[in-house]
Amino acid sequence: MQRTIAVARGFGPVVEGEALVSEEGFSPRYDLDRWTGVITKPGHKLEGVSIVDKVCFFPTAKGGIAAGWAFYDIKWKKIAPKAFVFGVTNPVMVQGAIFAGIPITAGWSPHPRGVVKTGDWVRVDPGRNIIEVLR
Amino acid sequence: MELSAEERAILAGSRGEPARRALEYQVEVGRFWGAKRLVPVTNVHMMGDIEVMGDAGLAYLQGEVKSAARCVVSTTTNARCVDFAHCDRLGQDPGEVAKERELIQCLRRMDVVTTDTCINYQTVYQPHLGEHVAWGDTGTVIYANSVFGARSNFESGPAALAAALTGRTPEYGFHLDEHRRGSFTVELKVRLDDLADWGAVGKLVGEAHQDYFAVPVFHGYHRTPTADELKHLGAALASYGSMGMFHFVGVTPEAPSVAAVFQGREPAERIAISDRDIDRVYGSYNLGDGDARLVVFSGPQQSLLEMKRLAALFQGRKVKSGSSCFVTTNGAVLAQSRALGYASALEDAGVTILEGVCFYILQNLSPMRQANRWTNMVSSSAKIVNIIGAHRFNTILRRTADCVEIACSGRLR
Repeated sequence: MQRTIAVARGFGPVVEGEALVSEEGFSPRYDLDRWTGVITKPGHKLEGVSIVDKVCFFPTAKGGIAAGWAFYDIKWKKIAPKAFVFGVTNPVMVQGAIFAGIPITAGWSPHPRGVVKTGDWVRVDPGRNIIEVLR
Repeated sequence: MELSAEERAILAGSRGEPARRALEYQVEVGRFWGAKRLVPVTNVHMMGDIEVMGDAGLAYLQGEVKSAARCVVSTTTNARCVDFAHCDRLGQDPGEVAKERELIQCLRRMDVVTTDTCINYQTVYQPHLGEHVAWGDTGTVIYANSVFGARSNFESGPAALAAALTGRTPEYGFHLDEHRRGSFTVELKVRLDDLADWGAVGKLVGEAHQDYFAVPVFHGYHRTPTADELKHLGAALASYGSMGMFHFVGVTPEAPSVAAVFQGREPAERIAISDRDIDRVYGSYNLGDGDARLVVFSGPQQSLLEMKRLAALFQGRKVKSGSSCFVTTNGAVLAQSRALGYASALEDAGVTILEGVCFYILQNLSPMRQANRWTNMVSSSAKIVNIIGAHRFNTILRRTADCVEIACSGRLR
């Protein structure tokens, strides 16, 4: 079984953490309670789930310029995820993550579905453009 | 990245620590996207208020001011989270309001022009074809790229601030010709009589193609759209689809024909939107418990012509007792609306006009929702219907006249 995912672009140091795999896209403004780190948008596929200290896999990025400051804000409040792994992302997510010092990657092959599931322990290596499922 | 002698000097500290740090950050962002260089920008529009920045962001700005950070190009601000004339009545937190004042002072000390508007493209600065800018608020960016033919990526607060301090931005995304080609076509076989209908188009197209680099090409519409219509279309595309650009054949400057925007490529997809599709959007909303006590005209702020239309619709009517209706706009539009009598027509009807803010970023919005026991929010803006979700409103899109009717009757339809 394949245990690695190649990513197209990456920023940040190597980190390990518990995977949180979403089928729905993400915005820290539209979806997230920025005081608890819990996804609160009604109807979001991860409604009620915390992103704190997780390696978050999101297929897409949604809307929102305000995400740039939001990442810095959640990092300061110690409710940031370990890393963001996006299928398709936008500049705001990247600008925000780099400003906050949160590792981020974009573009994946193969699709994480079938390789990683929520609860797996993964290592994100943005420098080598690779994500490994450790257990 | 290839850096000019001046840029290398900035990195060596020639313009001080804030500019050095800003450029270092921009190089890192540019590297991520594979940018080959930085391009000079003429104008920056940034989002910066206490609700989006939090204590961390305010502390960062205070540090910048202490280090004598200074904008080197004209820089304006987006809508903010406090209207100081209304903050007490809205139950906003006095501590946060004080921080907002401090934040504004920090920005002004850095020579930022605090315009507090998300419709800078209608009221402050209209870049020309090919002009590179660094704008924040997605609605402003998509308007700049599409309607003016200017060039900007979504520049979040920290990225726009960096551009203000260095006068440049990494050249990737919509600064490059290759990303400005059309991706797919959307035929508009549809009436679109109300601004909310244009937002509904943006929702349909954006939701189905969530990709910053997807550029829809609209064609086949039976008349010329207005600036406000393109504003609602763009704001919704950016909100639902995270899109930064569209073409409208025969309307936007880089789209003289369908062939011209695809430059020899085939559209990845061809879709059409009909009146039935728009009706389905309106029919798709869950009316929840039927609460009709909150109606909002915001996101983006209202233009003068939107204020005029609202004033006419509310003329001689009253917002139902127990209901709340909010309109947000910027200082310039409000001043003209006062002079022209639109503001008084709205206020006489019991509408609250908020200046310099957008409803969805209001400080303390979740507690405000709880205190008022609002469950639903009704709006003519497809964008705000999408983005206010984290505050746990059930949201409903309705046409402008229907929103007015709901506000005045207290009945949800």
